[in-house]
Amino acid sequence: MKRVYVNEEWCLGCRLCEYWCVFSASGEKHFPFAFDGGAKPPAGIRVESAGGINFAVNCRHCDDPLCMKSCISGALSRDDHGAIRIDKAKCVGCHTCIAMCPYGCIVSGGESMPIKKCQLCASRDYTPQCVSHCPAGAIVFEEE
Amino acid sequence: MKYIIIGNGVSSVGAIEAIRKNDKTGSITVFTDEKFPCYGRPLISYYLEGKTSTDKMSYRGGNFYKDNNVTLKLGAAITKIDPTSKTVTAGGKEYAYGKLLVATGSSPFVPPTPGYDRVKNKFTFIRLSDALAIEKHVGADKRALIIGAGLTGLKCAEGLYGRVGKITVVDMADRVLPAVTDSDASGIVRAHLESKGMEFFLSDSVAEYEENAAVLKSGRRIEFDILITSVGVRPNVSLVADAGGAVEIPTETGRPIRGIVVDETQLTTLPDVYAAGDCTLSYDVTVGCARMLALQPNAYLQGETAGNAMSGGVTFRRDYLPVNAGGFLGLHMITAGSYVGDAITANADGAFRRFFVKDDRLTGFILIGGYDRAGILTDMIRKRTPVSNVDFEEMIKQPALGALGMDYVRAVLGK
Repeated sequence: MKRVYVNEEWCLGCRLCEYWCVFSASGEKHFPFAFDGGAKPPAGIRVESAGGINFAVNCRHCDDPLCMKSCISGALSRDDHGAIRIDKAKCVGCHTCIAMCPYGCIVSGGESMPIKKCQLCASRDYTPQCVSHCPAGAIVFEEE
Repeated sequence: MKYIIIGNGVSSVGAIEAIRKNDKTGSITVFTDEKFPCYGRPLISYYLEGKTSTDKMSYRGGNFYKDNNVTLKLGAAITKIDPTSKTVTAGGKEYAYGKLLVATGSSPFVPPTPGYDRVKNKFTFIRLSDALAIEKHVGADKRALIIGAGLTGLKCAEGLYGRVGKITVVDMADRVLPAVTDSDASGIVRAHLESKGMEFFLSDSVAEYEENAAVLKSGRRIEFDILITSVGVRPNVSLVADAGGAVEIPTETGRPIRGIVVDETQLTTLPDVYAAGDCTLSYDVTVGCARMLALQPNAYLQGETAGNAMSGGVTFRRDYLPVNAGGFLGLHMITAGSYVGDAITANADGAFRRFFVKDDRLTGFILIGGYDRAGILTDMIRKRTPVSNVDFEEMIKQPALGALGMDYVRAVLGK
């Protein structure tokens, strides 16, 4: 399957990917509207800095997805594109997936709200917005 | 191949999904004494609380059994396994299997207490049917007494909060959540729940029940309208035990640990009979021995491993450990592993954060109120990552992949 990969040598640490991710997940048509309600990154991607090196971290859509296999409500599933997706109606916000994800890629949605995670921009024709809008080309979407 | 699965919890689903990856045509029949297709058992407290509903609780989509060509026999309890003739018995009828999975789960333990029979509205709290039955007795003027301040007891208390007028919790232990907290963390949870109006009587137990009251060993008398006993579960091992399978292992204390004994592929000591989930013993990497780990994530993974082994798929050794996540009326926590070794506290921004390190390995953690990216820590425990190889100071402040080193980052994120 196609996955999002990171070339950390190109990452500027600008965090634009985080904002495009929030916008993409919001379903809004216009960028600023996504942040009207006070939404803040991270959602499905976040930039880490370690020893002066920046890199973006997002869901690996693992071959062995511990989040999905440990979900207490069956709210996480894999879609036809291989993306691990969240069913917001079924998620009760227990956060077992946060406890299980080895890469720290699942984000709390707040009290009693569904969790947030990378859906590979399924609602945008599987065109990951973090990749499309990375000014440095540090994030790519490619086959393994 | 003819597959029979006893039980319809998540182990059962894990097995079905694995079997169907390897074998599209073999027949799969699931027997369960329950009346519902698979639902996540921990959801029952969320149901009581009104955070989910029965139509959303289905663990897989409505057509799951049909799509996977599974015959689901609801309300059909298996009463016998015959490993010689390779048959199981339900309702007096025998069914032949090629491979059998025992996923019978666990049952609540109700301590024998004088007068318990006299109590009219008494429940346990493990199945959806329990939550539905309890729900019929709630009301603003009702008083609930919960015996057991473990995770299930307190989740039940949370579920009932706002639906009954008074909640009282009694436990023999001297603190709440004794299995997943230390005394400091336990105190935080207790104080939070007390601030919401719940009352706790700890280091105490029921000496005798009246129809609507409990008399504690301390002499205190607590009146109630609903009684819920939630002091722990016992593995459902009788079918395998009666068939001659091993259902306990000896320990140094002389008191054996009960649970169906399985190997790394979830095979029991009986040929072609596998077991998964709460009914089994799991090898806990954080204590280095087998124990009962009645937790849903483990149940799914074990069911999946069994399903793969039964259908000729690839299996690999899973490292199991206790992991719990959940909230109690706005106070959220994630805990994992065992609390042995040196305790390191790194509280910040009102969050309680305690880590346990032994022999250069993270063995466990308790995070209350702030646990962003906690799974990175769980993975450190699972993989036995040497603490000395990690920027541990940064890691306990905020788990991050960078703290594991750039080689690791490139390996997992790069192409």
